[in-house]
Amino acid sequence: MRKYSIFAVAREAMRGHKGWEAQWTSPEPRKEYDVIIVGGGGHGLGAAYYLAKEHGITNVAVIEKGWLGGGNTGRNTTIIRSNYLYDESMNIYEHSLKLWEGLSQDLNYNVMYSPRGVMMLSHNINDKQSFQRHIHANRLHGIDNEWLTPEQAKAYCPPLDIAATARYPINGATLQRRGGTARHDAVAWGYARAASDRGVHVIQNCEVKGIRRGPDGSVSGVETTKGFIGAKKIAVSASGHNSVIMAMADVRMPLHSTPLQALVSEPMKPIFPCVVMSNSVHAYISQSDKGELVIGAGTDQYNSYSQNGGLQIVTHTLDAICELFPMFRRVKMMRQWGGITDNTPDRSAIQGVTPVKNLFVNCGWGTGGFKATPGSAHLLAHLIAKGEPHRLAAGLTLDRFRTGRLIDEAAAAAVAH
Amino acid sequence: MLLIYCPYCEEDRSELEFRHGGDAHIVRPTNMADISDEEFEEFFFLRDNPKGVIYERWRHIHGCGRFFNAARDTVSDRFLASYKTGEPKPALSGASPASAQLAEPPAQIDETTEGTAK
Repeated sequence: MRKYSIFAVAREAMRGHKGWEAQWTSPEPRKEYDVIIVGGGGHGLGAAYYLAKEHGITNVAVIEKGWLGGGNTGRNTTIIRSNYLYDESMNIYEHSLKLWEGLSQDLNYNVMYSPRGVMMLSHNINDKQSFQRHIHANRLHGIDNEWLTPEQAKAYCPPLDIAATARYPINGATLQRRGGTARHDAVAWGYARAASDRGVHVIQNCEVKGIRRGPDGSVSGVETTKGFIGAKKIAVSASGHNSVIMAMADVRMPLHSTPLQALVSEPMKPIFPCVVMSNSVHAYISQSDKGELVIGAGTDQYNSYSQNGGLQIVTHTLDAICELFPMFRRVKMMRQWGGITDNTPDRSAIQGVTPVKNLFVNCGWGTGGFKATPGSAHLLAHLIAKGEPHRLAAGLTLDRFRTGRLIDEAAAAAVAH
Repeated sequence: MLLIYCPYCEEDRSELEFRHGGDAHIVRPTNMADISDEEFEEFFFLRDNPKGVIYERWRHIHGCGRFFNAARDTVSDRFLASYKTGEPKPALSGASPASAQLAEPPAQIDETTEGTAK
């Protein structure tokens, strides 16, 4: 792999950009791998990278039904933060945020992590009490999160309407300054390039059709559209389709898949300096480096794999955005799309062992999986290599729905879905 | 937005009038205190989450207020049948619940099931 640098750009500029190499190879699958990861999103590709880098396991394949980052990795609203309430959540999201901070250097790939601050609006006394509880929990955990008065919130985010006569008046806000955004495609591509460089096979356009098991019940490989591929260990990280893949190994999951929508506006000059969320009126918004306003809508209420949701969900969030930021009322929306999220009953992720030997699962990230990408990938690699969860992911087990140790985070995203 | 047929009101109404009620045909154990943790997990948390036909409950909350059941394809979001609570699962002849490619249900299913529902 040729390193990306300013010298590489200068060198290629001199010779007509003919020397750039493919970012990752597209090999034919081997007969057998030590580890197969089902799902070529950020979590799966990242796990393959950390398996190779930190655990010395390079005989690894990532199998992806479509193209890299074509699922939820390329469909989310790219928000990063770690100001959760419970220890289990704070552990993994803060681990992730720390990895985000050095990810571009680690991968030699610009993931455009931008710590522009994530602000959550408080509209009433209940919000205020809940948010201040979050702030105290975060500070005890060493995570930055602070309280802003309405005036301070307005100073940090000038487009915000803080008038007492506003439709949704604001009585304060929280701010996590290290939170922000990153370029979602670059995360998938950067991990794929770095993993491929370490010998990992990235196999695209290859759908897993079945999971084969040996006489002792442990996994022996996957049936795919490119034939049978053997594997000593299999990790499933297939986002909205986790229930479908796990059913191939006869494991029922506590998951339901729902569409989650997002939309972007026409591009504008830089106008919006941070990420703003409001749980009470369901709005969240940021501005991409291309200038588009990036807006996340809610989930539909019913199970679906359609990658499409109802228009009323979109208009609901736009109503709130127009009230909070009156200057955006005449902005035209350019594109809208949906992704399929897999949600758990307690809205916290599952990462751990399964009843099937050598089959691991990383699922249930629901509506908030993007921010967890590096942390989840790093801990998933540990899980696969060692066969047991890392200390930081120890609470996210699949069997918590039997033991009752639920993690009642209420929403994996800052807005309720 | 979905257009949902309420078998009690006998009308197609907008999704805004309805609340989704989770999977249908799940029997609540009558001896809740006696069942094991595994049985409770199975009843309360584990779901098939099918890519294909799902049997689900809806409540016509801004209409008659009653719960009913429906069969729907989760790939196309198209309803295959709506039927009253307590009625057995309708026979969807030709529909394969496991089929991931069920983008459009065969025409005859649509006629028979929606026909009887009306």
